[in-house]
Amino acid sequence: TIVAYILRALQNYPLYIRSIPTENELKFHYTVHTSLDVVDEKISAMGKALVDQRELYLGLLYPTEDYKVYGYVTNSKVKFVMVVDSSNTALRDNEIRSMFRKLHNSYTDVMCNPFYNPGDCINSRAFDSMVTSMMMQVC
Amino acid sequence: MEGLTLSEAEQRYYCDLFAYCDTESTKKVAPNGRVLELFRAAQLPSEVVLQIMELCGATRLGYFGRSQFYIALKLVAVAQSGLPLRVESLNTVKDLPLPRFVGPKNEQELRHTALYSSDADNSTSYSGVIPPPPGRVQVKKGSVSHDAVQQRTSTDQQESTSPVVSPQQSPPTSPHIWRKHHRHSSGGNNERPIAGPGPLWTPFSEAQPGASTTGDPIWSGHSPPPHQENWVSFADTPPTSALLAMHPASVQDQTTVRTVASATTANEIRRQSSSYDDPWKITDEQRQYYVNQFKTIQPDLNGFIPGSAAKEFFTKSKLPILELSHIWELSDFDKDGALTLDEFCAAFHLVVARKNGYDLPEKLPESLMPKLIDLEDTTEVGDQSGEVGYSSSPAEAPPSKSPSMPSLNQTWPELNQSSEDTAIVHPVPIRMTPSKIHMQEMELKRSGSDHANPTSPLLVKPPDLSEDNKMSTSKFVAGNTVADGYSSSDSYTSDPEQIGSTVTRQRSHSGTSPDNTAPPPPPPRPHPSHSRSSSLDMNRSFTVTPGQQQAGVAYPPAVPPRPQPTQGAGPHVHRPVDAEGLIAHTSTSPQQIPEQPNFADFSQFEALVASGVNEEEEEEIETHSEVLQVEKPSDSSGSLRVAKAESRIEDKAAVNVPVNSGKGTTPLAPPPKPIRRRLKSEDELRPEVEEHTQKTGVIAAVLASQPSIPRSVGKDKKAIQASIRRNKETNTVLARLNSELQQQLKDVLEERISLEVQLEQLRPFSHL
Repeated sequence: TIVAYILRALQNYPLYIRSIPTENELKFHYTVHTSLDVVDEKISAMGKALVDQRELYLGLLYPTEDYKVYGYVTNSKVKFVMVVDSSNTALRDNEIRSMFRKLHNSYTDVMCNPFYNPGDCINSRAFDSMVTSMMMQVC
Repeated sequence: MEGLTLSEAEQRYYCDLFAYCDTESTKKVAPNGRVLELFRAAQLPSEVVLQIMELCGATRLGYFGRSQFYIALKLVAVAQSGLPLRVESLNTVKDLPLPRFVGPKNEQELRHTALYSSDADNSTSYSGVIPPPPGRVQVKKGSVSHDAVQQRTSTDQQESTSPVVSPQQSPPTSPHIWRKHHRHSSGGNNERPIAGPGPLWTPFSEAQPGASTTGDPIWSGHSPPPHQENWVSFADTPPTSALLAMHPASVQDQTTVRTVASATTANEIRRQSSSYDDPWKITDEQRQYYVNQFKTIQPDLNGFIPGSAAKEFFTKSKLPILELSHIWELSDFDKDGALTLDEFCAAFHLVVARKNGYDLPEKLPESLMPKLIDLEDTTEVGDQSGEVGYSSSPAEAPPSKSPSMPSLNQTWPELNQSSEDTAIVHPVPIRMTPSKIHMQEMELKRSGSDHANPTSPLLVKPPDLSEDNKMSTSKFVAGNTVADGYSSSDSYTSDPEQIGSTVTRQRSHSGTSPDNTAPPPPPPRPHPSHSRSSSLDMNRSFTVTPGQQQAGVAYPPAVPPRPQPTQGAGPHVHRPVDAEGLIAHTSTSPQQIPEQPNFADFSQFEALVASGVNEEEEEEIETHSEVLQVEKPSDSSGSLRVAKAESRIEDKAAVNVPVNSGKGTTPLAPPPKPIRRRLKSEDELRPEVEEHTQKTGVIAAVLASQPSIPRSVGKDKKAIQASIRRNKETNTVLARLNSELQQQLKDVLEERISLEVQLEQLRPFSHL
């Protein structure tokens, strides 16, 4: 299955992106970018509840493929976007939530590192390995 | 294929190589991929490799059997020494060096190879040197000999003068002819340099020559220490011409020495090598040095070094930021952004190792793991790692991720201290006072709740509730935590952890707060009652009740500021019909509950004591809230408040007495009934809420009815004692009330369950 994780910072520039298979990365960039609009819309609608695990079910976006885009935003407006293949019906909402939670935790670990400047691309090996393990789990 | 005679060293070496290639553990066939990789590492031109493969018969067979593999290896050796590839050369060439392979190996091996690879490299500066993968000449067991060692030593000295430059190239790719035995002997040296980082980052070089000489004797006379893993010999940069010269001699020496020495010294080697098994172990002198460095940053050995200070410090080591970042990731075990002494030592050690050319491990080696003493989840890494608070003492605070209820039990004392930290919803300004009165009250409450809890079949995560009950009753302050607990109990299992982790750093909150703040919406409940109930301080005082809690899940059970006694009492929630006069009263002043001095109501209540069960409950609620308020004043204000409280208690006590007598300990049956009368079937919790609001209203009314509390009375010692007595009585009453409410809650929840079941049954029909 095609899965992509993209982390985008406050100003919506990507902090981290990982996808399997890797050749479709550009497409995922585009997809995530378009989905950011929906994310922002939901954020503004939410009001007080900042931390949110939303689901963007795009259904059949293109005739050739269909996938689901899930979003998650942290209190500091860092957005996690996950794109999964719709054919992967085994993925339930709970699992998505738990994956986002893990992502969030790993992200905070990265943040705790004093050598990491917020806004840098994430180069943490631990983060990478966590993401990889999650993707392996899904695929 | 001709028979192949291998020397002992070769035998062993090939065996290990075969094992290395034998990724499928077939023990017979080495998959071609691995083998080819190996051969590529031999740095032979490809046609030579092909030729070798053909010669050994692998191309014929299509795979590398053990014999083919051995032959191939031998041919590689032949090729590497420049001899033409001939089958005959297999057996005829004597003193053939073992084939050399250059190529990356996994880091584990590298570390060990690094361990054994010092030699001349050691003698030169270690700064940023000896790049990991391609750089090392591995020593396979095999070959150290006395003579070789001594020769090596001399060459070591020679090499030490060789420019420091060469080892400093990053991964040297050129094949080198460093003899493995050479490498091997210096294997022990690596430990030494690491052992002596010295006060400076750079001048390692001086350590080296000494180290290498000291290291050598160890190896002399020993066969090379048993290697830990499959190694492939790596070539290395430093000039080798000198070594080449000695090589033929040493090879012979090897053979002779090997055969002699191996048996006797094997054990010794093993013993010694076991100390080298763990290249990451910190020696005492290292540790002392690290500790001293720690002290320069943070004099308190039990304290933390904040991330920024650590960053500065480690940046001085001139390692690239990326690597420092990785080191930090490895060493900050509890992921709190600060380094304890152990973590700091681990980080320092890693930095030193890195500067010496060791590769950074992917995971923190065991010997570097900080000793987490009291943490329950010590060994859990990553997310699960105990999130120790910033003070060293909370080491005993269970990490936030430990969801066990017992941990909550243990941590509620910490919750006491950290009640302000919980601050997820509201900071509760009340401090848990050590005053006896309050402790007793708390004890009473807790015991009351204890009574209630076992009996109540609390639906929503009973353990949470009981815990929360205990916490809330005993703390009153813990409104926040309770709220969190409830909201979490509604939604996530991680919340108890959160409650328990109040001591811990915010990351735990941030990690779990997303869950907390987005709990599943509470079951449909009418707003008015909820808002009213939440506006009432009944929420605060009765955070125990989950039903109510669910209603007020969004409301911070914070303690509102003590309003001044307002006699009038404000608007009120509708009151059940049960206690007429009382109802009227309560309806007038439900929101006055928090008002402390409003004991005017109490006298009114007193008048209505006879009205019935509900009154008693209400009164109990009153007393409960009153006690609450008693606590608060005493907590915050002191004598004056105490005086007020006493006077309040006096009044209340008077009321309590008659009521107490009139009531049994389990008046649950009557109260629910009247409530249910009003109840609409869908709305289970409303009655409870309403009842609570009634009760709060009653209390408020009672409170309000006591206009002027003689404050001067409090100064009287006798009065104080009397008030204490009354307080105690009030406490008992309230405790009883609490238990009754618990029972009510239980009943209501049962109702709710039944309704939900009905709903479920009906639902399928709706889908048709």
